[in-house]
Amino acid sequence: MSTPVATRPFAVAGVARAARVRRYGLWLAAAVVLLLLPQSVRTGTAIAVMNQMGIAVIFALSFNMLLGQGGMLSFGHAVYFGLGGFIAAHVLNMAGRGAIYLPVPLLPLVGGLGGLAFAALFGSFSTRRAGTVFSMISLGVAELMAASSLIFDKFFGGEEGITTNRSKAPLLLGLEFTRDRQVYYLIAFWLFVATLAMYAFSRTPVGRMANAVRDNPERAEFVGYSQHRVRFVSFCAAGFFAGIAGGLFAVNYEILTAENMGLNASGAVLLMAYIGGIGAFVGPILGAVVFTFLQSMLSDYTGMWLLYLGILFLATVLFVPMGLAGLLMLHAPVWRARRVGRLLGPYVLTGALGFVAAVGIIGLLEMVHFVAAGRTGTRRLFWLVVAPRTLMPWLGFAALVVAGAVGVRWTGPRAVAAFAEASRPGRP
Amino acid sequence: MTPAIELSDVRKSFGATPIIRGVSLAIEAGTRQALIGPNGAGKSTLFNLITGKYPVTSGRIRVKGAAVTDLAPYEINRRGLARSFQVTNIFTRMSVFENIRCAVLWSAGYRYSFWHRISAARAVNARAETVLEQLNLTARRDVPAGVLSYAEQRALEIGITIAGGADVILLDEPTAGMSRSETEHVVGLIRQITAGKTLLMVEHDMSVVFDLADRIAVLVYGEVIAHDTPERIRANAAVQEAYLGVPQGVA
Repeated sequence: MSTPVATRPFAVAGVARAARVRRYGLWLAAAVVLLLLPQSVRTGTAIAVMNQMGIAVIFALSFNMLLGQGGMLSFGHAVYFGLGGFIAAHVLNMAGRGAIYLPVPLLPLVGGLGGLAFAALFGSFSTRRAGTVFSMISLGVAELMAASSLIFDKFFGGEEGITTNRSKAPLLLGLEFTRDRQVYYLIAFWLFVATLAMYAFSRTPVGRMANAVRDNPERAEFVGYSQHRVRFVSFCAAGFFAGIAGGLFAVNYEILTAENMGLNASGAVLLMAYIGGIGAFVGPILGAVVFTFLQSMLSDYTGMWLLYLGILFLATVLFVPMGLAGLLMLHAPVWRARRVGRLLGPYVLTGALGFVAAVGIIGLLEMVHFVAAGRTGTRRLFWLVVAPRTLMPWLGFAALVVAGAVGVRWTGPRAVAAFAEASRPGRP
Repeated sequence: MTPAIELSDVRKSFGATPIIRGVSLAIEAGTRQALIGPNGAGKSTLFNLITGKYPVTSGRIRVKGAAVTDLAPYEINRRGLARSFQVTNIFTRMSVFENIRCAVLWSAGYRYSFWHRISAARAVNARAETVLEQLNLTARRDVPAGVLSYAEQRALEIGITIAGGADVILLDEPTAGMSRSETEHVVGLIRQITAGKTLLMVEHDMSVVFDLADRIAVLVYGEVIAHDTPERIRANAAVQEAYLGVPQGVA
């Protein structure tokens, strides 16, 4: 063991410094964007959607501490979001009555501690095993909480849930939270802090060991780490950040119901993380933003938005299992080699044909929905007014589906080949 | 002197089938020893008992004088005993460097820390780089371990085993499936990394065994039939019979 300590050459150190500057620059840019974002929108709806997105991003990132980084597929992560939220709501009500002193900006921390406490309780046994056993226990805990919400209706507020009022809490530094815009800055602050903290966690010894236990729990035990303990620490951290998101939810919406910790909420966060990509840190951020955006946009236009999100999820699992972030990262070498231009043609062509097929599918589904709802007459679909109880629109949309699908089958392999060609290293 | 590993009448049965049938063995500290025997003799099972992967059916195991019989693998590892696996057992999605670094962390005292930045853990990073150089894997530092060649993965397997600085090292068929030149490289590596330490290895390549081992233990049907110097093992009639069925020269 007399080999000298490896010192990396100065050139490498210079590259490392440049990378560090880039990384800090990225965080700084993110902070500036978060600060300026509300200036760019006029409507209150947009602010409301952004608030929803911020909460979803924290929640999805916390979920990925389990799935992407720790290899734990939880079907009940909303339990910690919801419990954090309920605890925060009760504490906010106590603060409003003057029973305790707690200003609104600190409330997410209360939610986080609540989430942490319950994660420690349920995690102590659920993290003993990985894989299917862990998933089943998480499902069991979610069911347990659903049952508890009916039993402990003083705490969970029964069907109406627990309402609260953020304007009654004491002020900190004179900060008021009467308007959505003010709440936005509170969410943005916690979003930034929580994201930074979760990123930092992935770069700590236990964060790295979470990856190791995900890859090979047995080997982790033979380098000195208890796989149970490593999973437990990740689980507690994930519960803590989910609780922070829940606390922000309580501040933002001033109401929590049992639905917020139900299986639907747990499923939604799984969809967000997966659509965004669980293999990259930014994946769940992208996923949460896209999911929330689609959710709020689609629900204005169609009663079937959940179906579309489900289809999006299925398409991701089937065709892009690495998610949006993975897809983007796949193109990093092409981008560095300045060959994106070569992909533009094949991608636009395949994309356009895919869009045609999607329009056809949506048209058919919307007409099915229309007829199944027992409605008659006409409705607007895209740029057309169609009569779903006549044959023509069915034939038309079916033709679009067939044309689009055949086209994608035809051009898709070429787009893939173009990608392979462009990402080949060196001069072509 | 306290033996590095000491087995006292260790037995292991899977169901009604006895695999290890009363093994008593002492591995002196600071020696390189080999465990040989025909297929199905229970060599890997014995490794799994020593390292805590399987619980013993009966008997006692001590590592450096301390009882480890019913301890978990990670507790035994923390006492300075590390092992490699017959089938490559690495962290496939992490980079080669991360693989080694994870194996250094516990011994460097970082435990389950979430309050240290791993990039600031200088001693750990330096140690990982040193191990990478020893393995000749520096050029593959940032590659996911899963895409390494077979020989490189075997080298990484050994690297993970020794990175934590354990002074009792168990290697399970470190040269299995390797070419002649790859084997020579690994033998040199093993010699280098086990200098001043205790080594117990399972190995089928007799030239490697006789090259490296100070002493050889022969396991046949779950029993140690001989434990002696290479010369005497070579001359041992019972060993010859177990290996070849007829009294001839081994290998």
